[in-house]
Amino acid sequence: MRTETTDDTVSASADPAPLLIRGGRPYGEDVQDLLLVGGRIQSVGADLEIPEGTEIIDAEDCIVLPGLVDLHTHLREPGGEEAETVETGTRAAARGGFTAVHAMANTTPVADSAGVVEQVARRGDSAGWCTVRPVGAVTVGLAGERLAELDAMANSRAQVRVFSDDGKCVHDPVLMRRALEYVKSFDGVIAQHAQDPRLTEGAQMHEGVVSAELGLTGWPAVAEESIIARDVLLAQHVGSRLHVCHLSTAGSVDIIRWAKQRGIAVTAEVTPHHLLLTDENVRQFDAVFKVNPPLRTAADVEAVREGLADGTIDIVATDHAPHPRDAKDREWDQAAMGMTGLETALSLVQLTMVDEDRLTWRDVARVLSETPAEIGRDLEQGRPLAPGSPAHVLVWDPRPVRVADPAEHASLSQNSPFAGLELPGTNRLTVLGGRPTVRDGRVVQR
Amino acid sequence: MRHFISIADLTRGEALSVLATAEHMADTQSRAIRKLPTLVGATVVNLFFEDSTRTRISFEAAAKRLSADVINFSAKGSSLSKGESLKDTALTLQAMGADAVVVRSGSSGAAHLLAHAGWIDQPIVNAGDGAHEHPTQAMLDAFTLRRHLRPGDPRAGLDGLHVVIVGDLLHSRVARSNVLLLTLLGARVTLVAPPALVPVGASAWPCTISYDLDEALADSPDAVMMLRVQRERMVGGGFFPTEGEYSRRYGLTIARAARLPEHAIILHPGPMNRGFEIAGAVADSPRSVIVEQVASGVFVRMAVLYHLLATDAREAHREN
Repeated sequence: MRTETTDDTVSASADPAPLLIRGGRPYGEDVQDLLLVGGRIQSVGADLEIPEGTEIIDAEDCIVLPGLVDLHTHLREPGGEEAETVETGTRAAARGGFTAVHAMANTTPVADSAGVVEQVARRGDSAGWCTVRPVGAVTVGLAGERLAELDAMANSRAQVRVFSDDGKCVHDPVLMRRALEYVKSFDGVIAQHAQDPRLTEGAQMHEGVVSAELGLTGWPAVAEESIIARDVLLAQHVGSRLHVCHLSTAGSVDIIRWAKQRGIAVTAEVTPHHLLLTDENVRQFDAVFKVNPPLRTAADVEAVREGLADGTIDIVATDHAPHPRDAKDREWDQAAMGMTGLETALSLVQLTMVDEDRLTWRDVARVLSETPAEIGRDLEQGRPLAPGSPAHVLVWDPRPVRVADPAEHASLSQNSPFAGLELPGTNRLTVLGGRPTVRDGRVVQR
Repeated sequence: MRHFISIADLTRGEALSVLATAEHMADTQSRAIRKLPTLVGATVVNLFFEDSTRTRISFEAAAKRLSADVINFSAKGSSLSKGESLKDTALTLQAMGADAVVVRSGSSGAAHLLAHAGWIDQPIVNAGDGAHEHPTQAMLDAFTLRRHLRPGDPRAGLDGLHVVIVGDLLHSRVARSNVLLLTLLGARVTLVAPPALVPVGASAWPCTISYDLDEALADSPDAVMMLRVQRERMVGGGFFPTEGEYSRRYGLTIARAARLPEHAIILHPGPMNRGFEIAGAVADSPRSVIVEQVASGVFVRMAVLYHLLATDAREAHREN
């Protein structure tokens, strides 16, 4: 287990000095300097006039992006502090370049009431590594039986806009319909974990050639696709916003594409791991590759990359799912599902999309910052790198290639499936509201 | 061979070598004194997370006839039933000084994990992992097939033979290991099952898959292997409507057995559901080698333990 040490942190003063990010390329385009003063972007351009005491950050050859926004994070607190806390999870987020995360509701107790979501938001504020937007549960206790008090959560201090039973599917069609209708009054969105429970009883991995060989119970693509198909039709019928969590199959991409052509208000996310890994990774029975939805085939990986490139898939979200070692050091069918992802997300997107010329850095800003903020109705995040915007900024050096080592991660858990892989890019600087939270990959202690 | 986990890890040469050793072991078992001193001082642990009396006693007999000490560690009444993890059990066995661990688990991959997770250094023998593999069962089946269908040639493979395997393919580790081993040894394999008991993705296997038992039996099989229908694994239900309907379509009845070629033999890994997947009279008929499979199992498991543990002895054997 990781403990806080002083050697991976550097100190900073309480009041952030003005910052000049010099020589970087906003959105990977022309070189422009950014001057951050008083928690806002004050000016953008060349030869900016800087106030006395301005700290100058050399960002030459780096990409400058709006701070990343994750729509799908498991911070595990309350109840799962052995795996992650708000403190450690948001430190991990900051190291990954995020300035906001949406904390999923499957905690203990479940975030299905104003009290719990306010507590999580408060923990995020006091940790101070990034904005924490709690996701509210759709149903009481994630039990899928009756709606939680969505309005109370929406109107709490946490201002919840995203509701999800993530980990479980709102499979009852009537309940799903009611939830979609109900959140319209406060412009909320239902983020569905699309998994037909009957088709996936005991499911262990993607159902296909590899599951047949390994004798592991299959998780068929149709169990995801049939729910998505139903939900987009429901969203159309009641005129509501639907968000599809972590879609993973080629068929799901086709359904979303079809729904968008019909003008249905659906958005969709893909995880970094589904952009790279396949069911072939399961062959060694290493449960670090066990995740839900499961790793699919190479054809599915290609389809989700294509869907992300052509805009069918709106965003990348991590589904950062930390687990203590004991939950993974087990027989495959007894191990927990999920993988960490906050600290490798942008490297994965660079590797699979940018370096493959399928997304530009401006697209990256869209899929990892602007659109997730918009889906979550977070008005302070994902803003343009322009004067007046909140100073949530990431400086990313795309050049270094490093071997991923979960032992270096700030997350309390080390269940990263990318351990040992060479990943491109490194975080030079994360700025939250004008204050650096990460410098050269190391979190900045206040 | 360091471990014996999966048929997929074996070359044809290695498989034939184990079979040759098993023949040698079989010869020793017809002597007046059957116990060999080969593994004196070695401790073999039978680690059984799943009840399986016949496989456990087969391994126990094999180890004891090689003079190894045997420790049986079964789920019932032990720390395993109290939720001790595979990892902690492995660390315990390592500390106790086991020389080899024979593991049976309901979890696919358990033996692989034990061999490769770094918890224990000793050779691991897979005695069945979930619906994945049961490699010693396949070896004993191949051994039995060869004795009957390629008699007198202890170096032969199974080239040119046609083996029909019938039943619950979805949940069967026996079927998976046999498809790999029998085809590795040159046999042609036809799998027969109702469609819901054929794994999605099995079309990639190196065999033919049929839904029609009568059609498969008409294709001159040299052997028919009936699998046990694992009622207890029928999670979710509905794999077939009734036992009666299954039996009519996929049971090896007296009438079906009568249509087999004269020389064809009948196998079943046991335990049998008599009157369900196989008629009692067929199981007891002269062409049934089901009881002989049990004897073959001891020889094959002796051979596997020998290959993993008796390196010096093997070299001595070669010199002779």
